[in-house]
Amino acid sequence: MKITLKRGLAALLLVLGAGAAQAGVLAEDRADIMYHRYQGGGITVQGPSVLVRKKFGESFAATANYYVDNISSASIDVVVSGASRYSERREQKSLSLEYLRGKTTYSASYITSQENDYKADTYSLSVSQDMFGDLTTVSFGYSQGKDHIGSSVDPTFADTIDRRDYRVGLTQVLTRNLLASLNFETITEQGYLQNPYRFIRFVNGPGSYARGQEVAPHTRTSNAGSIRLKYYLPWRAALDGQYRFYTDTWGINAHTAGLEYTQPMWNRFVFTGSYRYYTQTGTNFFMDLYPRPNYQNFMTRDKENSALSTQTVGLGVAYDFPLGFASSFVKRGTANLQYHRLFVDYSDFRDLRNFPPGTAEPGTEPLYTLSANVIQFFVSFWY
Amino acid sequence: MRKLLLPLMAIATLLVTACSSIEPWVKPYEREHLADPIMAIDPDPVSSSYMDHVFEVREGAAGATGGAGGGCGCS
Amino acid sequence: MNIKTSLRALLVGGLLVAPALAVAPAGPAPKFQLTSMAGKPISLDQLKGQVVMINFWASWCGPCREEMPVLEKLYAKYKPMGFTMIGVNVEPDSKLAAEWLKATPVTFPILFDTKSEVSKLYQVSSMPSTVIVDRKGNLRWMHRGYKAGAENEYLDQIRALVRE
Repeated sequence: MKITLKRGLAALLLVLGAGAAQAGVLAEDRADIMYHRYQGGGITVQGPSVLVRKKFGESFAATANYYVDNISSASIDVVVSGASRYSERREQKSLSLEYLRGKTTYSASYITSQENDYKADTYSLSVSQDMFGDLTTVSFGYSQGKDHIGSSVDPTFADTIDRRDYRVGLTQVLTRNLLASLNFETITEQGYLQNPYRFIRFVNGPGSYARGQEVAPHTRTSNAGSIRLKYYLPWRAALDGQYRFYTDTWGINAHTAGLEYTQPMWNRFVFTGSYRYYTQTGTNFFMDLYPRPNYQNFMTRDKENSALSTQTVGLGVAYDFPLGFASSFVKRGTANLQYHRLFVDYSDFRDLRNFPPGTAEPGTEPLYTLSANVIQFFVSFWY
Repeated sequence: MRKLLLPLMAIATLLVTACSSIEPWVKPYEREHLADPIMAIDPDPVSSSYMDHVFEVREGAAGATGGAGGGCGCS
Repeated sequence: MNIKTSLRALLVGGLLVAPALAVAPAGPAPKFQLTSMAGKPISLDQLKGQVVMINFWASWCGPCREEMPVLEKLYAKYKPMGFTMIGVNVEPDSKLAAEWLKATPVTFPILFDTKSEVSKLYQVSSMPSTVIVDRKGNLRWMHRGYKAGAENEYLDQIRALVRE
């Protein structure tokens, strides 16, 4: 009943890691103010994200981010469990510090996220090095996190997750017009890795099913590797292609492929269009319907653990606004609007919202599909 | 993967010291396209981290979404 | 793998020492001739007898743009003492540079090295690059990059060379 932080630290690190974009020179000072809104599958999540980045001299920089998810959820999981729409607020704060020495950038960061039944703290360190005439940037990162999990339905419940994350990245200038980026990331987690609000279902009689407790392994290790190429087109446009492979010890193998096209127009506008395709096998212990209770050691019906595929189309526009009077304290300013539409097809997760036990032959209910609209509106300043 | 990390870093350091004689094949004065803001790997970190979060919450996969470097190579 | 090993591994990545930002090369400065933006042919030979500062820049390079007002000040201050400044723009298409100069004009001559001949001659290895040539035509200083405060080094070096 929550959109949990889960293993979202990799995403968070992107915000703070952006500063290490160019060892040799720290990234510029900037401030971004965003409004984000996700709407789909009975859930609305919206809120602000504010980022401020400042250099101190030529060698130090700090980046801070404040992010809020205001959640209102009557998702399929909420409805099927018989609960009513709930509201929740997740607040996330982060701080990152960078130190540049020659061609090396060292950074340390701390991220904390809090909602009423989940608290996550992550500490990270990374080193980034420019070499070969600044054509190559190599980076290494390590993060350690601890999550504290509670349950709004059971105040006595409390458990934790310990997480370690190792990252290696290489960005290489291939030609005057082509950039390549390779990334590898390993995440190991230990602790309470299931969802206290999710249930499994099993056959408990002809034409009927009953709910049971989800049981997941106490450890999970994942490996992901991605490659990205960005190409400058002669009429001044950019084409970005990415592929990522993911595999973990729960049996999920996933492929992600994406393409994004960037086209500047009319001097002050930049348009982007993107398509992303994602597919995953389910965990090797996932079943939408177990034939009997205690069918196997590990059981889950959490839809993120199902075999599924996601398609996302996106459109964005950015406007570089003329600074006029503000040019003495602002170098550049943009207003940005981005829209994404997500379609998720679940291959092994059925829509039980209109099919309580006894109304249909279990396992014949329609497969669930989800579509969502995601909007971002943000203003950025470089000063 | 963890076991590979230390050897990987050792190799990287060796590469740097042994291969510092490699001449950059894209000269600093040839980087005008790479310096263009439309060629930035991650121009809007608030936006990219938000979309990564949207996907990670709904999908099983996580990680390897980062990237740093490229750009104008100025100092 | 525990934290200590991880930390040690991270520090290994940062063992490299920063290269010097200002070096003292030796030998005669390579000769070149290009037409300035104003239409006059400018060659390094003609400028013998003066201290010459050659700045390689591009309109797409942030530190280069930041450095231009600094160079303009240096030019205005030391010109009467036998000092001159040449801005060599390295872009194959000079249109953007010309536009930028219209908005932020400088009084010292700007040369457009559209074929990168001078950049190659001087083995420009960073953007921006600044070279100082003495009255005899010898290379005396090479600065790679620009960071706020570098003008103090420029001042010291120019003062010393102008007294020769």
